[in-house]
Amino acid sequence: MKTLWNPILAVLPVLAALLVLASPAGAQAQTQTQANIDINTPAINSIKSSMHQRWTNLRAYFVNGAVGLTHDGFIALHDASHVPLPQRAQLNSMIAADNQDRKSLYREIANENGHPDWENDIRMTFAQRWIDKEPSGWWYQNAAGAWVRK
Amino acid sequence: MQVRMRMMLPAAAALLIAGCVTINIYFPAAAAQKAADKIIDDVWQLKQPATTGGSGEQPPPASAAQPVQQPAPAERPGGQSKP
Repeated sequence: MKTLWNPILAVLPVLAALLVLASPAGAQAQTQTQANIDINTPAINSIKSSMHQRWTNLRAYFVNGAVGLTHDGFIALHDASHVPLPQRAQLNSMIAADNQDRKSLYREIANENGHPDWENDIRMTFAQRWIDKEPSGWWYQNAAGAWVRK
Repeated sequence: MQVRMRMMLPAAAALLIAGCVTINIYFPAAAAQKAADKIIDDVWQLKQPATTGGSGEQPPPASAAQPVQQPAPAERPGGQSKP
């Protein structure tokens, strides 16, 4: 029995030492990476201007509730009944193109800042901010995926 | 048995260290939020005029006071009879 406990007892001090080391190291990492997220790069700027250009057409569909924000940083068709039939195909392709831009935007921000692994965090940060900044009367999806009018 | 346990110790320690390293890769949430706000403002531009229709007629304000139609002097001597 004693021989079983030996290795466990040996690991304990290592664990304790790691815990002590981890917190200041983590804090230091925070102050180092907290610095900034750079978004002023040619790739990001071109995605931005593409999205802004599309926005001049897309905006009306947000205002009348045809389109809304999803909870994960994209946009989706909310209520097609507001859209005359001939325009639906065009709207659908606009939504698809905008989501493509959004995906590239999140990926590009992560990549340009040297952390491709941040893509999801960045996407979820955007998701929250799009919804926060959305004017009242527009639609968004809550965390459960249900449509809510702001 | 005991020997095998001893051999597992370095492996366990390595795993622990690896775990700590991944925990310490830190996502700068505040900076990300600031970046998101900037991009959203640029894409949506909701704070600016925002009125499409109504009194949306605001031509260049600087030159509006002066009469715009000033015939360019270069045009006159040139003559108008060029095909």
